[in-house]
Amino acid sequence: MSQTQQQLTSASVEGPAGPARQNDFDPSSILRPTSLTQNRMPWWTGLAVLAVSALFGAALSSLISFNFALWFVFTAVLYVMISYAVTRAKVNRRQARDKMWKNLVYLAFIIALLPLFSVIWSVTSIGIPGLLEPGFLASDMQGIDGTTDQRSQEEGAPVLGGIRHALVGSLLITLTATFISVPIGLMTSIYLVEYARGGKLSRAITFFVDVMTGIPSIVAGLFGAAAMGWFLGVGNSLGLPLPSRSTMGITAAIALSVLMIPVVVRTTEEMLRVVPNELREASYALGVRKWRTILKVVIPTAISGIAAGVTLAIARVIGETAPILVTAGFVVSNNWNLFQGWMTALPVYIFRQFQNPTSPNFSDPSHQRAWAAALVLIIIVMGLNLTARIIATIFAPKKTGR
Amino acid sequence: MTSPGESHSPAKATEPSNRQEPSHNALTTSDSGGVMGDRVFSGLALLAGVAILITLAFVAIFLSFNSVGAVYREEEGLILRQFLEYAYPLVIGTLIASLIALVLATPVAVGVALYISHFSPPRLSKSIGYLIDLLAAIPSVVYGAWGMSFLGPALVPVYGWLHQHLGFIPLFAGNPSQTGRTIFTAGVVLGVMILPIITSVCREIFIQTPKLHEEAALALGATRWEMITMAVFPFARAGIISGVMLGLGRALGETMAVALVLSPGLLTASLISSGNSTIPAEIALGFPEAPPGSERQAQLIAIGLVLFVITLIVNMTARWIVNRHKDFSGAN
Repeated sequence: MSQTQQQLTSASVEGPAGPARQNDFDPSSILRPTSLTQNRMPWWTGLAVLAVSALFGAALSSLISFNFALWFVFTAVLYVMISYAVTRAKVNRRQARDKMWKNLVYLAFIIALLPLFSVIWSVTSIGIPGLLEPGFLASDMQGIDGTTDQRSQEEGAPVLGGIRHALVGSLLITLTATFISVPIGLMTSIYLVEYARGGKLSRAITFFVDVMTGIPSIVAGLFGAAAMGWFLGVGNSLGLPLPSRSTMGITAAIALSVLMIPVVVRTTEEMLRVVPNELREASYALGVRKWRTILKVVIPTAISGIAAGVTLAIARVIGETAPILVTAGFVVSNNWNLFQGWMTALPVYIFRQFQNPTSPNFSDPSHQRAWAAALVLIIIVMGLNLTARIIATIFAPKKTGR
Repeated sequence: MTSPGESHSPAKATEPSNRQEPSHNALTTSDSGGVMGDRVFSGLALLAGVAILITLAFVAIFLSFNSVGAVYREEEGLILRQFLEYAYPLVIGTLIASLIALVLATPVAVGVALYISHFSPPRLSKSIGYLIDLLAAIPSVVYGAWGMSFLGPALVPVYGWLHQHLGFIPLFAGNPSQTGRTIFTAGVVLGVMILPIITSVCREIFIQTPKLHEEAALALGATRWEMITMAVFPFARAGIISGVMLGLGRALGETMAVALVLSPGLLTASLISSGNSTIPAEIALGFPEAPPGSERQAQLIAIGLVLFVITLIVNMTARWIVNRHKDFSGAN
């Protein structure tokens, strides 16, 4: 016993080459010196700080007047401050700064989620009763005036009126805009990817497509109205049988195309670029012409991405209000004719029901209809977004297994 | 004339004929149609590209052409001064609302982008990205309704408090609105709307930070935040700026949210009382009532043109910054 003790002492003097290595000596004391772990805080520190700041936050907010928003604000501020102070006292300044910024980043994320949930909650909670009103989807606003709404609000009669005409208008206008912009957008991206060789024209097109994505929607609407007005003016002076007023569905579709084309170009261009060059080269090597290669090889490979991009573009323009408001106006009844007369789209319907309630003094029924229509619109847009994701993942070209 | 080309050509012509097979080859015989198809197809593609440029030019031309009536009257000649007096409060109102939106949204958006790229659990980060993208999917008219019915009333006590305690600052002077339908509320709604745009641009660029830079910073003992300030931000600076500019472009042109939230009025410095208006809201509220061909319509189209020019400048600057830094940052 005393001999081993003796050996150990001599070994520690002699260094690691000595025979002491065979003894039960814990190497972790060298590999993990305590100085690196001593500055760590126990795992429950965060929870404790949160509890303390929630408590003080509640106290402070009840000093003013207790509500949850104020409580949240005070708790968040206190949590960031206290955890900074604790870390600074226990560890060091650098770790404390790190902790503070980490907390702020998490806080930013929570703040960003608040409006999302608030919007979705408010639309669903107010919109569902209106949506469950019988005939909401199947009737239009024909014959709905101040007195019917007054009866609904004062005597509890069912809220009449619906969004059929708005659904029809949205469908027609959006489909027409899609038919205009998908060919143009697709051909442009084919030009950019397959034909242009980085020349001045292609760079100009790329740049201006990017610029076009930023055109305010109301300006697109003004353009549609002005262009159609000019066209009809020229046509009428030539004696062609054209309608005299430019406010109609097709004008709105043209205005929406201005907004839609750049989106289609951007997404399809990206999709065409990721088609592997080997596929094109293999096709050329078989003697296939370029245009056949594009139609039969490139586009089928990228079709899932293109379809997803087009769906996203539709989702973007179906929620646009301003361009349709200034180009197609608003009516209370169904209009299936794109080339004659005013037309209501769903977003415009929502806007009008809020801004100019059917009965100015009894606006509750109008608001109920508007919220229900907003719920329908959100469901459509989210559904389109979801569809795009599903298309993009399910029909994506196989990456392996060649 | 004997050139080396000519002397070669008969040999070239005879050589394939020697081993030509007498059958119909489907690949070569139907070729003339293929040449036509190639020409037509590439022509169509070029035409589509040019059509976009022409459309953009037409937007500018039609707007300018139709807005002449706002600055020129036959009896009086140029009335530019009158138009400017009409336009400048709207321009300033638009800038105020967009500025509020930017100031509120930029820090949050950068934080969210950082959260997605560097803080969130890696397996969840993609789904969290989708969640934030949902904010962009909500139509603007729904945001307007939300701001008008929920956010505005919720902010009324805040406005009252601000007026009571900070009323000496001109920004919080004046009668606080009782409905909350003020330019500040509009700015908050705009901030929510541009948040996903700035976030997605920043996220893309944060993710592209070279892993080696990050690991090197961490290996030298930097904390995570020090790594972000030393490796991520310098790399992403141009991307952040362009994301903010794109958000600004969107905020400037956003119509429906402002038209619903704001109860428009004259230009005031106060953010908490009703007043001010923005160009898009003015157009949306006024255009359906303006008779076609009237001076009022020309006036509205003219301020639309002003808005178009402003957003064009903002967007072009953003794109220019991105393109300039493309080589070493990948922000596109």
